[in-house]
Amino acid sequence: MTNLPRSLSQNPRVLRLARILLGASSLALFLLLWEGLVRWQDYPPYILPGPGDVWARFLAAAADGSLARHASITLVEVLGGLVLGVSVATLLGYLLAKSPLLDQLVSPYIVALQAFPVVALAPLLVIWIEDSLIRTMIVAALVLFFPVLVNIIAGLRSVEPELVAMMRSLQATRWQMFIKLEAPFALPVLLAGLKIGATLAVIGAVIGEFVGADRGLGFLINLAQGLLDTPLMFVALFTLAAIALGLYGLVSLLERHLLAWKRAV
Amino acid sequence: MLLTLEHVSKSFGDPADPLHALQDISFQMRRGEFVCLVGPSGSGKSTLLRLIAGLLRPSSGQILLGDEPIRGPNPRVGIVFQASNLMPWRTVLDNVALPLELRGESKARRYEIARAQIALVALNGFEHHYPHQLSGGMQQRAAIARTLVQNPELMLLDEPFGALDALTREYLNQELLRIHRAENVTILMVTHAIHEAVWLADRVLVLSQRPGVLKADIPIPLPRPRTEALFTDSRYLTLVKQVRAHIDRPTVAGLSSKMP
Repeated sequence: MTNLPRSLSQNPRVLRLARILLGASSLALFLLLWEGLVRWQDYPPYILPGPGDVWARFLAAAADGSLARHASITLVEVLGGLVLGVSVATLLGYLLAKSPLLDQLVSPYIVALQAFPVVALAPLLVIWIEDSLIRTMIVAALVLFFPVLVNIIAGLRSVEPELVAMMRSLQATRWQMFIKLEAPFALPVLLAGLKIGATLAVIGAVIGEFVGADRGLGFLINLAQGLLDTPLMFVALFTLAAIALGLYGLVSLLERHLLAWKRAV
Repeated sequence: MLLTLEHVSKSFGDPADPLHALQDISFQMRRGEFVCLVGPSGSGKSTLLRLIAGLLRPSSGQILLGDEPIRGPNPRVGIVFQASNLMPWRTVLDNVALPLELRGESKARRYEIARAQIALVALNGFEHHYPHQLSGGMQQRAAIARTLVQNPELMLLDEPFGALDALTREYLNQELLRIHRAENVTILMVTHAIHEAVWLADRVLVLSQRPGVLKADIPIPLPRPRTEALFTDSRYLTLVKQVRAHIDRPTVAGLSSKMP
């Protein structure tokens, strides 16, 4: 009988159920504390709406289609920024990892750009780029660019020289070297960078929308603030968090799939 | 002659103050021969192998494969490194098939050849394992199979079993002799184990401490197939003693510096 709890705790299905229950109870606790705070202090909804108010506002915004419209704009900006930022970072990272000369030439500018608060650059981009969708994508790309670049360079530089020698002994072309050795070798680090990038892209998109946009969840927050529609602000905030979490989860799934070989026993 | 080295020298680093790794190395190898290269650490054994593999260029002299000078990596020459250098994300089958994949062979064809070589190194049943699921000896056998799929005329082995325990090593040396016989491939193997070199080779080349010069070229006229019975044979023991007499005692300088 003493063995039963032990074997139960090792059952993966039981473990998964336990994890779900734990997550659900932590969420319930959070909502309870939130509702309690609102009731105890008797806040009006425009200061701090309770979970019920936010839920009602969510249903309303979902029903009239405004939430989906704004959320899809932001999602497009986030994805666009992610693709743009990650592809430029990959290309530049490859060149910098391969060429010490280019590294010395370009790296000071990249570091300087990083020291530059991108938020402060965003108003300038309003002057330069008229299309708010493209502008916001660029802001998102800029925010995630540096951390992703650093990861890519670190990943490509970690490729074992002996594996490179082996590939050279097999007369691998430069492209084969990249696609068969360097890319798979750097993949774990690249995916870690992509996870960071996915969440940073959401931040970047909101910044981009704050400085000048008439659509998107960042715009919706600004709009709701003007209308003192605090429940709507919460709805937009939670939707942003959901987008960030969803992207993070997608990259994690991709990681599980691509790095499945690591789990082979 | 399959391989000819003519006055090959190699130095590294600053041309004003170069590090001479190898100096004036000349020797030849016949087709089908099994030659072992011994010498103290830092004698440039690995450097010599990398020169023949075309991974490095000689500073002077030339290396001929048949009549052709070696200008770079060449499909006629295969190299097995000290580490197995298997790609951890590829299965044994995909690792072994890699050279054919790089050459653009179809999947069916390259798997067919790879499976045959996997069987030759007795790894059948492990085709779909990843390298981390194999023992060190099995990883090295996979590396040998990967070199064999290229069907090289000359196979270079750079202390391939150096990191393995004595029993595994002995077993793999027997396997190597079996492969040498079966495939009729020419083998040049670097080792620092003198008894191993004498047991395996038709000839043992001895390199001196840096700068590496060829100190001796000792024929091993022991009959083949070689068996463990040789280990106590007086002819074998005499040859081991003879080779040992040519090897420089390691100095502190030789031990502390590792050649690239």
